[in-house]
Amino acid sequence: MKDINLELEARRETARLGGGQRRIDSQHAKGKLTARERIELLLDEDSFEEFDMFKAHRCTEFGMENDRPAGDGVVTGWGTINGRMVYVFSQDFTVFGGSLSETHAEKICKIMDMAMQNGAPVIGINDSGGARIQEGVASLAGYAEVFQRNIMASGVVPQISVIMGPCAGGAVYSPAMTDFIFMVKDTSYMFVTGPDVVKTVTNEVVTAEELGGASTHTKKSSVADGAFENDVEALSEVRRLVDFLPLNNREKPPVRPFFDEPGRIEESLGTLVPDNPNTPYDMKELIAKIADEGDFYEIQEDYAKNIITGFMRLEGQTVGVVANQPMVLAGCLDIDSSRKAARFVRFCDAFEIPILTLVDVPGFLPGTSQEYGGVIKHGAKLLFAYGEATVPKVTVITRKAYGGAYDVMASKHLRGDFNYAWPTAEIAVMGAKGAVEILHRADLGDAEKIAQHTADYEDRFANPFVAAEKGFIDEVIQPRSTRRRVSRAFASLRNKKLTNPWKKHDNIPL
Amino acid sequence: MFDKILIANRGEIACRVIKSARKMGIKTVAIYSDADRNALHVKMADEAVHIGPPPANQSYIVIDKVMDAIRQTGAQAVHPGYGFLSENSKFAEALEAEGVAFVGPPKGAIEAMGDKITSKKIAQEAEVSTVPGYMGLIEDADEAVKISNEIGYPVMIKASAGGGGKGMRIAWNDQEAREGFQSSKNEAANSFGDDRIFIEKFVTQPRHIEIQVLCDSHGNGIYLGERECSIQRRNQKVVEEAPSPFLDEATRKAMGEQAVALAQAVDYASAGTVEFIVDGDKNFYFLEMNTRLQVEHPVTELITGVDLVEQMIRVAAGEKLTMTQDDVKLTGWAIENRLYAEDPYRNFLPSIGRLTRYRPPAETAAGPLQVNGRWQGEAPTGETAVRNDTGVFEGGEISMYYDPMIAKLCTWAPTRDEAIEAMRIALDSFELEGIGHNLPFLSAVMDHPVFISGDMTTAFIEEQYPDGFEGVTLPEGDLQRVAAAAAAMHRVAEIRRSRVSGRMDNHERRVGSHWCVTAQSESFEVEIDADQDGSTIRFLDGSSMRVTSDWTPGDHLATLVVDGEPLVLKVGKLPGGFRIRTRGAEMAVHVRTPRQAQLASLMPEKVAPDTSKMLLCPMPGLVVKVDVEVGDEVQEGQALCTIEAMKMENILRAEKKGVVSKINAGAGDSLAVDEVIMEFE
Repeated sequence: MKDINLELEARRETARLGGGQRRIDSQHAKGKLTARERIELLLDEDSFEEFDMFKAHRCTEFGMENDRPAGDGVVTGWGTINGRMVYVFSQDFTVFGGSLSETHAEKICKIMDMAMQNGAPVIGINDSGGARIQEGVASLAGYAEVFQRNIMASGVVPQISVIMGPCAGGAVYSPAMTDFIFMVKDTSYMFVTGPDVVKTVTNEVVTAEELGGASTHTKKSSVADGAFENDVEALSEVRRLVDFLPLNNREKPPVRPFFDEPGRIEESLGTLVPDNPNTPYDMKELIAKIADEGDFYEIQEDYAKNIITGFMRLEGQTVGVVANQPMVLAGCLDIDSSRKAARFVRFCDAFEIPILTLVDVPGFLPGTSQEYGGVIKHGAKLLFAYGEATVPKVTVITRKAYGGAYDVMASKHLRGDFNYAWPTAEIAVMGAKGAVEILHRADLGDAEKIAQHTADYEDRFANPFVAAEKGFIDEVIQPRSTRRRVSRAFASLRNKKLTNPWKKHDNIPL
Repeated sequence: MFDKILIANRGEIACRVIKSARKMGIKTVAIYSDADRNALHVKMADEAVHIGPPPANQSYIVIDKVMDAIRQTGAQAVHPGYGFLSENSKFAEALEAEGVAFVGPPKGAIEAMGDKITSKKIAQEAEVSTVPGYMGLIEDADEAVKISNEIGYPVMIKASAGGGGKGMRIAWNDQEAREGFQSSKNEAANSFGDDRIFIEKFVTQPRHIEIQVLCDSHGNGIYLGERECSIQRRNQKVVEEAPSPFLDEATRKAMGEQAVALAQAVDYASAGTVEFIVDGDKNFYFLEMNTRLQVEHPVTELITGVDLVEQMIRVAAGEKLTMTQDDVKLTGWAIENRLYAEDPYRNFLPSIGRLTRYRPPAETAAGPLQVNGRWQGEAPTGETAVRNDTGVFEGGEISMYYDPMIAKLCTWAPTRDEAIEAMRIALDSFELEGIGHNLPFLSAVMDHPVFISGDMTTAFIEEQYPDGFEGVTLPEGDLQRVAAAAAAMHRVAEIRRSRVSGRMDNHERRVGSHWCVTAQSESFEVEIDADQDGSTIRFLDGSSMRVTSDWTPGDHLATLVVDGEPLVLKVGKLPGGFRIRTRGAEMAVHVRTPRQAQLASLMPEKVAPDTSKMLLCPMPGLVVKVDVEVGDEVQEGQALCTIEAMKMENILRAEKKGVVSKINAGAGDSLAVDEVIMEFE
C-alpha cells in the first residue's frame, strides 16, 4: 500500500511538471503561464478537480511509443468561479507543443459531455501548435469529436475560449463555435493558414501578428470578443464575465448583492442629448448611468463601434445591452454592426438574459459597398434575432429611430415588452430633410417653402408622440429616471413566459 | 434698497452674486448667450434675458444689449461681476445716464485706476509706496538706457496699456534695456494700438499680495486684510490664500492704510483691490488697483465673515458702512484653489466638453462664518469649512467661448496647516469627469514643501515645474496607506462576488485574508483581520494599520479613515484591479492572493509604444481630412491632418521633419484621445 501511495505521488509530481522544468521556463520566458498555472488563476483557490491526469496517448508511429507523458498535453477538470461550477480544459504547450492527439481530444470531450449533462459552462484555454502530426487522421478525428460537442453544447451551456498561444488550422474551429473568444495581446494568434502558406499560395507577406493577432481579430475580423494585456489579466476578466452568465440554458441569469439604489435619479441625463440633432454624444455615458454601480462588461468593444454590446446588472441581475453609438457613423446600422448585435442578442436569448436596447439610429448605412456586401441579409440577422427572442425586452429610444432601423431595434412590433421614449425621441420614417424632399418635390427649387415644409414636418413628426398615440411607445419617460423605469420594467418581467412555435430550428439568414 | 438687480455676467460669479442678492430679498435678473441657455446662473435667477450669440463680444460685453435687458426687466441696479464690463467706464456712464445704479465704484475711479501711468501718479500723490521708476513717456532707446541706469538694474520695461505679460521685458544691462525697449514698443503697438512705454525697478523674489478695501459713498473706508496670490501660471492666479503667510502685523497695517488712502484719493465707493508686489525684505510697492470684485474674494470673506457682494450692493444703494476698521478681525486661514478645465499633463491645454460627473465636496460652514452668520450656507459641522463657488453642474458643458474656470474651491480652518489639510481632502473628494482638469496639479501644489512652508514667490510654478507637470508619485508612507485601503476594499468586493447566486451548496468560495498589493511598482504583503467596524491590515514588517470606511463595491469615492487619519480615494475599475486617484497621483492598484501575485510577477513588463514617431489624436474628434500619404516627406509645421472637435477644426502639424510610414485614420473616422493617427519612419 505504501508503495502505491509513493508511486501515486511520484506520478502526480511528474504529471504536474508537464513537459518538464526546461519547457516551463521557456513558456515563462515567452511571457506565458503554464496550463496548470492558468487554471489556478481561472478558478477559485483550491477548487480544481482534475480528470485523466495520467491519460497517455496510444500512438506507436515515429517512435512515439517511447514518449508517453501523463496527461497528453491537456489538463482537464472542473472547479468553481466564485463558488459556481465550471468545466475547464487547458492545453499544455510544454507537452508536444500542446498538439491535439486522439487521447488529448478524448479528455476534452469527456469534460464537455459532463458539462452538458451537469449544466455548467466550459472554458477552454487554447495553447496548441495544432494537430499531432504523428497521429495523422486520428488527430483530425479528435478535432471533429470536439467540434461536434461544441455544436451540441451551443445554447445549452455557455462556452468560452481563451486563446493564449498559437491556435491554427483546424484548431480554430472549436473556439469559433463557442460563445466568446478572448485573446492575449502579443502572445496569441489564430488563423486557418499561417504566414508561410499564405506566402506560398498568394505571395502575400504578412506576420503572424498581422495575420491573426489579437488586434486583427478584435478590430478587423471580429473573430475575437476581447483582448487583454497578459494571461493574468485575461483570466481575471474571464472570471468577471462568468459572474454575468447563467450556468446553463435552464437557469436564470445570476443575481448578486448590489449596493446601488434601483431608483437612482441621474439629473445629468437631461442634457445628454444635444440640442443639435446632428451632434453626437456618448451612449456609453447612458449605459454607465443606468447600470448597477456603472459596471459594464463590453463585448466586441473594438469592432463595429457604431453599436455597443455587453452586459450590465440591474438590481444585481444580468441584463444584456445593445445600444447604437451616435459617436461612430452617427450610430447607423451596417453590415458589421448588424452581425455583431445579432449574435449578441441570440446569445442572450439562448441563455435567458433579458435585453435592454438603447436606440439612436438614423437608419441603415447607404452605399454600394454595403449593398454588394449583402447588408440586406446581414441587417435581417439582427431583425430576426430580436424578433425570435423571447426573453424580457426593454427598449429606450433616446433620439432618432428612423425607417427600417426603427423596426429592427427591438421595436414594439418585434414583441418588445416595454418600449420607452425620451422626450427628445423622433420616431419617423426618415429625418425631416429627406422626407420633405420626397413629399414636396415640386417645391424643391423654393428654399423658403422647403424650410417651411421642413419645420412643419419636424413639428408633426420629430417627437415621440405620433408613435405614442399609436401605442408603439408605451410611455414617454424622463431621462433622469431611466434607471428606475428600466429596473422596474425588468422586475415586472421576471416571470415572463413566451414560447415560439415548435420547429426543428429556424432558418436565420446566415 | 433695490428690489431687483441685473447681473451682467455669467458662470460662478453670476451665481455668487445671485446668492447674496437672494439673501437680501432682492430679485435677480440673469443675462445669457446661446451657449449659456442651460447654464446654472440662468436657472438660479428669478428672470433671465437672452442677449445674443456665444462670443462675449457679441453678447456679454455689448453695452447696448445689456442696457436693453435692464430696460426690459426694470432692474434698478447692475452688478458686473469681474471681467466683461466690470471695469468699463463707458458702461458705468451708460447706466448713470439711465438712472440705474452700478454696483461698483464711480466711473471717475474706474478711469483713474484703469491706466497704469495715471494710477501710479495718483498713488504717489497719495503717498502710496510705488516701484521706483520713470513715469513720463520715453522717447527712444537711448533715453530708456539712461533712465534704466538711474533706477538701477534690473529694470522692467512695460507697456502702459499692457496686461497679461504682453509688452513686458526685463533688462539686466544696457544692451537688454535697449532691445527690450524696442520690442516692448513694437509689441504694445501691435497688441494695444498704444505704444507708450515706461520703465521701473524690477523686484526680485516678488510676491503678489493684495489688499481688499471697502469704501462707502460717505467717505468711510476700511481694509479687510490681504490675500496672497503668488501661485500663478502665466499671470493667471491658481492658488490664493488669506491671510498671507509672509506679512507681519505692521506691514499689513501699512499696506492696508495706504490702500485705503489710495481708494479715498479717487473717491472710491465699493469693494476694490489694491495689488502690491512685495519683495523678500517685505518692501511693498503698489502695482495697480482693480476696481471690481476680485475672483479670489471668497478667502477674504472666509476670514472676515464679511459678505463682500452684500456690502457692494449696500454701498451702491447709498448705505453707510456699518463697520469700522476696528471691527475687522482676521480669524483663521482660508485657501482658494481654482479648478480649471485645463489638462495639466498636456501643458495645461484647455479642455472642453461635457461634465459627465461633477460632484464637489459638501459645503460646510465654520469659523467667522459661524460667528457672524454673514455668509449663507449649511449649518456649521466642524472646525474646518469648505466652500465651492461654481457655475456648472453635472451634465453641463464647458464651452470654448469663456474662461475655462470650473469652480473655486475654498477651505477655512483655524490655522494654515489645517486649512491646507482640509483642502487636500476637499480636492480628493471632488469628483470631476468628462474633461481634462487641473485637480491633480492643485493636489500636488498642496503637498509641495515650498507651498507648505509659505515661502513662495510668483515664480513658484515656473521654478518648481520647469518641464510642466508630470503627475505625482506618492511617497512611501502615503502609498502604504493606499495599499492598506485597497486591500480592505478588495476583500469586501471579493466577498460580494462570492455571494453570487447559483453557487454549489457547501462548496462556496472562501475569501482569504492574505493579500499582496501592488501599486507604483511597489508591493505590500498584508494579512487582513476584519471585524464589524473595519479591518486591521498587518504588514510583513509587523506594523499594522486600522482601516474603517463605509465604502461599498462600485462606489466612485472611498472616504476612509486609516489609523485615525482621513484618506479619500477616487476608485475606478481596471482589468483585474483598481484605478485609484488621490493626492494628485493616479495609479493602477492590484490586490492579489500571494499565488496570483507570484504568477503575475512572471508577466512581462510591456513597454509603452514609442509615441515620439506617431501623431496622436489630441482630443476626441472627427477626422475631416488627412493631408498626407504614406511615403510623403513632411517638414516641421506641415499640416498633417484636420480633426473636428466641438465644432472647431484643429489642424495637426508635424512636430519635426519625417517620412510618413503608416496612416491609420481616414476622413470620417471618429477618434478618441491618444489614438494613433499616423506613424513616421
